[in-house]
Amino acid sequence: MSEAVQPLGGSAFDGLVHLSEAPLQGMITLRADLSDAAVKKAIKAATGQTMPDIRGASVQEGQGVLWMSPDEAMLLVPYAEVDAALAKLTKSLGKVHALAVNVSDARAMFSLRGPAAREVIAKLAPVDMAPGAFEPGMVRRTRFAQVAGAFWMEDQETIHVVCFRSVARYMFDLLSVASDPASAVDFF
Amino acid sequence: MSTRLATGGRLIDRSKAQAFTFNGKRFKGYAGDTLASALLGEDQMLMGRSFKYHRPRGVVASGAEEPNALVNLGKGTAHEPNARATTTELFDGLAATSQNHWPSLEFDVGAVNTHLSRFLPAGFYYKMFIHPRPLWKHVYEPFIRQSAGLGRAPDPETRDPDTYEHFYAFVDVLVIGGGVAGLQAAKAAGDAGAKVLLIEQNAHWGGRAPVDGGSIDGQAPEAWIDETLSALQAMPNVTVRSRTMGAGVYDHGYVLGYERLTDHAPQMDGPRHRLWRIRAAQIVTATGAIERPLSFAGNDIPGVMLASAVRDYVVNYGVVPGDRTVVVTNNDDAYRTALALKAAGLAVPAIIDARPNGGGALMQAARDQGIRVEVGRGIAKVKGGKRVSSVYMCDQAGSGAMLEEIPCDVVAMSGGWSPVVHLWSHCGGKLTWDDEQAFFRPDADRAPTGADGAAFVSVAGSANGHMGLAQGILDGDAVGKAAAKMAGFKPKRTKAPEAVSEDEAALVPVWLMPQGASRDLRAKAWLDYQNDVKVSDVQLAAREGFESVEHTKRYTTLGMATDQGKLSNINGLATLSNALNEAIPQVGTTTFRPPYTPISMGAIGGEARGDVFQPIRRTPIHEWHETNGAHWEPVGHWRRPYCFQRAGESVHDAVNREIKATRDSLGLLDASTLGKIIVKGPDAGRFLDMMYTNMMSTLPIGKCRYGLMCTENGFLTDDGVVARLDEDTWLCHTTTGGADRIHGHMEEWLQTEWWDWKVWTVNATEQYAQIAVVGPNARKLLEKLGGMDVSKETLPFMQWADGTLGGIQARVFRISFSGELSYEIAVPANQGRAFWDMLMEQGAEWNATPYGTEALHVMRAEKGFIMIGDETDGTIIPQDLGLHWALSKKKEDYLGKRAQQRSHMTDPNRWQLVGLETLDGSVLPDGAYAAADGTNDNGQRNTQGRVTSSYYSPTLDKGIAMGLVLNGPDRMGEVISFIKEDGETEMKATIVSPVFYDPEGEKQNV
Repeated sequence: MSEAVQPLGGSAFDGLVHLSEAPLQGMITLRADLSDAAVKKAIKAATGQTMPDIRGASVQEGQGVLWMSPDEAMLLVPYAEVDAALAKLTKSLGKVHALAVNVSDARAMFSLRGPAAREVIAKLAPVDMAPGAFEPGMVRRTRFAQVAGAFWMEDQETIHVVCFRSVARYMFDLLSVASDPASAVDFF
Repeated sequence: MSTRLATGGRLIDRSKAQAFTFNGKRFKGYAGDTLASALLGEDQMLMGRSFKYHRPRGVVASGAEEPNALVNLGKGTAHEPNARATTTELFDGLAATSQNHWPSLEFDVGAVNTHLSRFLPAGFYYKMFIHPRPLWKHVYEPFIRQSAGLGRAPDPETRDPDTYEHFYAFVDVLVIGGGVAGLQAAKAAGDAGAKVLLIEQNAHWGGRAPVDGGSIDGQAPEAWIDETLSALQAMPNVTVRSRTMGAGVYDHGYVLGYERLTDHAPQMDGPRHRLWRIRAAQIVTATGAIERPLSFAGNDIPGVMLASAVRDYVVNYGVVPGDRTVVVTNNDDAYRTALALKAAGLAVPAIIDARPNGGGALMQAARDQGIRVEVGRGIAKVKGGKRVSSVYMCDQAGSGAMLEEIPCDVVAMSGGWSPVVHLWSHCGGKLTWDDEQAFFRPDADRAPTGADGAAFVSVAGSANGHMGLAQGILDGDAVGKAAAKMAGFKPKRTKAPEAVSEDEAALVPVWLMPQGASRDLRAKAWLDYQNDVKVSDVQLAAREGFESVEHTKRYTTLGMATDQGKLSNINGLATLSNALNEAIPQVGTTTFRPPYTPISMGAIGGEARGDVFQPIRRTPIHEWHETNGAHWEPVGHWRRPYCFQRAGESVHDAVNREIKATRDSLGLLDASTLGKIIVKGPDAGRFLDMMYTNMMSTLPIGKCRYGLMCTENGFLTDDGVVARLDEDTWLCHTTTGGADRIHGHMEEWLQTEWWDWKVWTVNATEQYAQIAVVGPNARKLLEKLGGMDVSKETLPFMQWADGTLGGIQARVFRISFSGELSYEIAVPANQGRAFWDMLMEQGAEWNATPYGTEALHVMRAEKGFIMIGDETDGTIIPQDLGLHWALSKKKEDYLGKRAQQRSHMTDPNRWQLVGLETLDGSVLPDGAYAAADGTNDNGQRNTQGRVTSSYYSPTLDKGIAMGLVLNGPDRMGEVISFIKEDGETEMKATIVSPVFYDPEGEKQNV
């Protein structure tokens, strides 16, 4: 049995922030009516976290749920437990009209660590990254320069970014360029 | 001569000398200089040549409005044309060259044009070169292009070594302009608690106030500016940025800010420019005002400058443009220049004031200093060639008879001031004519408005028409508070700072000097310096019927140069309004468009250069391809191997080898880029029956079906294999380029038309690496890996199964796009590379050969399979391609069905798909047309078909092609002629069946 590998094999870069490719992360895309109590219950059962409101993120140690749209959520579970979580989710959804798909391998994930994390994001994504405007507990599904991406904050100095696997190299290069040590903006 | 004074210059640091070159000549300046001030300090007044007449030109202004002193900066990869010397900060080692001259700045052959100017009036090119028509393209245009142009474009092969970036900022109040009004506006808004960003285009703050004098709260302006700036910098809710220009104002409070980080210090690391992409709830433009030239003959001779600029060079840089300066004015402000020169110990032979009664307190101050003041006078003409030598004084009211020749080497002119209304106007802010001050000012009642109908831009200070120091600072305070309030904050009830400056008497508008100037004088009175537009040109345009200011602009090129008419605009339209005998407000202004001054292409591109110029999508197996000779082909943003070239092998040979190896034994294809969309729900079957032309709801679980998708107009848009996963789940494969588009297409119909159908979709394309294992030995390889039964009995053609192969979870589809025994295997992307390596290693005994997209294309063409994008081009319906079998007749409807019943779609004369074989076995050119008898109305050969795909088939050792031919399927065996690329040579080809290889399908069904 071959080991699953990260898209870039665990790349890292040090600049304005410490940028690293995150370890493999289990991800499930759930399409369902998120206002349905049965759906909320199933999400809680599968992730241990409560479904957040619009543009919200409930994540604890790599386990949680991200709001993606009124009828789409991304569930985060340990990579090795995706199949079990999917089974649990499917079981508790019962007859509810929903579609849950394992997308763990369809994504790349990066972590930015350091006080300049907000600033690096603000160079690439059209999002208000000021403290107060964007905080832990929020998620943005947006774009980074020319590709789609989403991100959320773990704490004031840690931001996680996900994108499609095929553009992992572009995203890593992009975040590295934006982290050029001589390019501090000092806006926030 | 222009020279550096022994003392003075508030912006320069005389302890830091900076060496630089201009046209290869070595010069010296000081830290804090601009290139213009440093050149003036070294008596280099001549800085450029004009665009049309190549006239010698010196610096006119001291800031962003400069039209003349444009230079090439830097060398080689860092070369940049059209840099304004007045805003280029000097640094040690700067290298500049002048523009638009040949062979040298001092002696320019093109200057002969100035003597021909009589014959080169406005519209000359339009009139002269319109006939005979064919000469334009081959004779006139190349000639004009060669003689036109200002800066030299960078060599296309050089690469800009600098980096650039963008930054997204969101604020409550954005203040553009760091003069006293802008500083006070930012302070007032910041005090109210708003999040404020204050940007200033220059390196220094306070605008003109330190030069123009007066006092603020009892202090010198400079002290107040320093104090206020420090206060702003200390406020946590306020950010201030110098060297950052507000370039453009757009809808929804969007503003582009252009920050120049290292232009003044190229040795610094980091990005050169940063483009700020700002969203502001409220925008305050405090962009100041620009002084207007006066229109008199010879007003473009080097040494004729704006009065304010002369004073800037003296006060800011300790530089005097000349020894004897004549001031000519229609207002009081220019008297400050005379006083500043006098204070520096320089001669002011006369102040020529066009107003019959002269000015007020400032005039008195000048007289008290012993300066001769002549009222009611003007300048008839300036004498001089490359430098002013004297002026002819005349009566302003007359036609230019000389009263006295006054020797001088500088003329400091002032025709009044124009508020910088550009940013206000960018997003629709309207202007009103202020008769008293003779300028356009923002009309607060007609502001740019947001989605809620409320104004989101306001203007402060002299940009708002409040010209004096006192009024400017009061206005800044009021506007800053109002902006904060509009943004939802409560301004503090603080008093605005009190400023004092000299009272000024009213100006008298002067649009031509003297008022009755003769034709000869008008033909030497410049309006637009950069584009060589004179008073006589605008008058000619008016006579020839160009009454609209926009038309006059384009006919004369007034205001069309790189300075966008910052100096010429108002004078030009006043001249036009006089010629038309209409009031200025009736004539109106041309449109102000962003950017305020040019911004670099690098800044616009931002980080997008080098490795991150464009995203490239990579499959999980991309790296293997890269290290194994992949000859790449872009497919959407993907890169797919076209073929894998071995050492010494041509692309053609590689493709043939791959095809032969696959057909003979075993080939491998990375098919990961194919779209994979999962569709689920109780209405999913019904939904797919609408999306596809064939029936998908009846597909049994475990089986696959090839499907076609059409747009609602009936045209083929995508194809692929659909697999039924379970009772209410289907997996739809799309083309490589179609994944996102088709997913969007599905979502659009679900969200807008069939919103009540219970269907969910997910684009799972990138979850899987998909590999096609193709060829007679394909099954043997999979059996060797082991883990699941892939036999003909358990997994027949057009079925799929889940299982494991070589220990990796796999979904195996028995489908074929090549006509061979073939399996497409989807594995989790993170194990895709491992699975590929395993197939290569275990398949070695059958010579497992990876193949690229060209081999794929040839093999599908040999089988007569169509390709979306080759056989289809957005105008092709399935019926054209003989795909009737895929159009369900049982279904009531599918997308495109009704469109396909329209008369044009059912026309039997639509070209139909056939195979084509040349008589000599050669390959038809792709896209070639089949000729028919006769010619059409345009004299072109009639056509009866065209080639859609054409390849050399190594399997059959001859050229094979598919094409669309009139009544093609009924003409089997007929020979028709195709025209080669040269448009003449004919190639004869026989119409045959499009299936060239294994028509019975025996190879794939084993």
